[in-house]
Amino acid sequence: MDTPIPIHVSLRGVNRVYESKLGRTHALGPIDIDLRRGEFFAVVGPSGCGKSTLLDVIAALAPPSSGEVTFEGQPIGNTVPNGVGVVFQENASFPWLNVADNITFGLRRQPLDKAEIEKRLQYALQLMGLQDFAQAYPSQLSGGMRQRVCIARTLVMQPRLILLDEPFGALDQQTRLLMGDELLRIWRATGATVLLITHALDEAAMLADRVAVMSARPGRILEVIETGWPRERDSQIVSAPEFGQITARLWTLLRAQSMQALAPGSV
Amino acid sequence: MRIVLYRLLAVVLPLALLEILCRNQIIKPLTLPAPSRIVLGLWAMIENGTFNAAIVKTLTNVALAFGLSVVVGIAAGAALHRARLLRTLLEPLFATYYAIPIYAFYPLFLIVFGLGDAPQVLIGFMLAVVSMIVSTLSGLDSLPPVLAKTPRVFQLGPVETIRRVTLPYAAPYLFTGVKLAIAYAFIGVIGAEFIMSSTGLGYEIRFAYDNLDNNVMYPLILLILLISVTVNMSLDRWDRALQARRGRV
Amino acid sequence: MRRTIEANPSLFLVIMLLALWQILFWLVGRNALLPPLETILYLARLLQTARFWGHIAETGTAFIVALAISIVAGLAIGLALGINRMTAEVFEPFLLASNSIPKIALYPIVLLIFGIGMPAKIAFGAIHGVVPVAIFTLAACSNVPPIFFRAAAAMRLTRWDLIRSVLLPAALPDIFSGIRIGFSLTLIGTILGEMFGSQSGLGYLLMTAIGLQNIQVIMSVTLLLVLVAATVNTLLLKQDRRLRQPGG
Repeated sequence: MDTPIPIHVSLRGVNRVYESKLGRTHALGPIDIDLRRGEFFAVVGPSGCGKSTLLDVIAALAPPSSGEVTFEGQPIGNTVPNGVGVVFQENASFPWLNVADNITFGLRRQPLDKAEIEKRLQYALQLMGLQDFAQAYPSQLSGGMRQRVCIARTLVMQPRLILLDEPFGALDQQTRLLMGDELLRIWRATGATVLLITHALDEAAMLADRVAVMSARPGRILEVIETGWPRERDSQIVSAPEFGQITARLWTLLRAQSMQALAPGSV
Repeated sequence: MRIVLYRLLAVVLPLALLEILCRNQIIKPLTLPAPSRIVLGLWAMIENGTFNAAIVKTLTNVALAFGLSVVVGIAAGAALHRARLLRTLLEPLFATYYAIPIYAFYPLFLIVFGLGDAPQVLIGFMLAVVSMIVSTLSGLDSLPPVLAKTPRVFQLGPVETIRRVTLPYAAPYLFTGVKLAIAYAFIGVIGAEFIMSSTGLGYEIRFAYDNLDNNVMYPLILLILLISVTVNMSLDRWDRALQARRGRV
Repeated sequence: MRRTIEANPSLFLVIMLLALWQILFWLVGRNALLPPLETILYLARLLQTARFWGHIAETGTAFIVALAISIVAGLAIGLALGINRMTAEVFEPFLLASNSIPKIALYPIVLLIFGIGMPAKIAFGAIHGVVPVAIFTLAACSNVPPIFFRAAAAMRLTRWDLIRSVLLPAALPDIFSGIRIGFSLTLIGTILGEMFGSQSGLGYLLMTAIGLQNIQVIMSVTLLLVLVAATVNTLLLKQDRRLRQPGG
């Protein structure tokens, strides 16, 4: 991977169908998208549209029923590829490990010396504002702090692609805005490609370079909107007139889909 | 701190009352010797080593029943967690298991296994293992899906996943199972000894009762109470300390 | 097949256990076990004799009295301790610890106090049953969500109304679970009590059969006890689940 290629992740004709007691469910697809290396890409869609399924498929946590996903030019198999990090909506910190041990969880099995592990730990603690909590246990932290721990645990692996599945879904509005700022800083600092799944239009509009709008189930990409933000940006862009236009455009696209998702008979 | 004091009083006051009633012959020594005499009797008994063989026998059998039930219980629980159909089938058995008078099976064990230690150990094991299985199942059931996904994100293999995620997560549940298992192992082994064996503390108590030998019987009963309550309370304390750190009190 | 089993697990469990029993019989032979069918037939024969019904009546009487004592005393202890946070905290560890005691070791004391006969059996049954009822009642009281008390205060309920229309309904499912477990343990305690120092009842019958190595009686009485305990517990468990999910 010496010469960076512009396309980092590519999905071609990806579908996901699963069987349950209620019969076959076509959850997702067909989906064709390309993520460019180093971009911040957001996906919004009505609830139950298969956004999270999309993320699971890219992370190789769920196999596609048809179609192909490639990461850095290689088709992905059934294990999470090297260089991919995932942050979930639910609290995924381990309650039996303190913050430092949680963060270095993934490093322990890598051929790294102690000094390197310590260096990465300190960097992640610093970046996430967790310096004073290295010895604390998750139960002693707020929801926002726990999510920082999970993000830090992903960052120390130095992923080239970070997948975030509604990471701020369980947090209050103010905390979300601040975490959004931190996410932008991390994105710039690491140079990683970021895929953010969210149901919050403002979050997508504020953070992403491009926002994909998904349809109600089976989830397809209706449109991809370029936000045109500069790389250096923060949550203050919510006051820019373009922010309102982008959010309005997203809502126009989503409104019909959300009503469909709410309609009786849909699950 | 006040609670500890009250708890102490709740033990000491009734004992003092008993002591007074016994010393004044309101309770006859044929029914109950004075608590102080029981304690002294137990002390003398331990010093003389009269019942060391019985104590060792009982504790060995309890340890065997307990150890077996923990190993088998965790393994069976983990296996059942995967074998959905068998689990559905056994679920009603687990739900009604402790309503069944297991001691009623003791005569059958005697006939099948003879008069050795096996029937006692088996009764203790049978009582203990189901609580271990049920605790293991509930521990594995409660693993949040997101914690089941996380080891895959970090590319952990099955063995590492169990060692670094599943086991630590389920540990508090397993600990509950261990506490129950040890109590059931005691109840099962001593009960079996009492009913029909010719060794162990349970048997010695029954023998002393049949001979109206209160000076042996009461200290032995006290010994059993002390052992089971001490084991139970220290495990409880350890459990609480572990859980407090995890913030799941 | 899979669907049928999942719809009726208890039925298939019984079939599986009967099959295992039969296989075990083939393995260990006639001088250790009776096969299922013969046991059932022998039990049916016993149930036609007046003497057997005499034993059942004896055990039944002892059990019902012991159960009544267990429930009343357990509820009283649980409520008395549970209504006050201090007493609940002081006494809960004792109750929990008493649950782990091999109670059979206490039986000689019961016999010394009550003598051989009905009162001793009843006492021993009640000793087994009272602990779970008390523990669950105590826990039920402390498990009532504090918001209920605040809501009751907001509605200006009197203390009696609070107990009657908030505390008891909220605690009922837990209390019922305690009674269900108390039921099982009282039965076990009563039978155990009958095995020593008794001249009648199913436990006594079991003990004499052991002495005589009468496998037919041992197995039929065991089968009867298991059937009764399992059936009643299954019914109580159903009711238990219904109480926990009103309308579900």
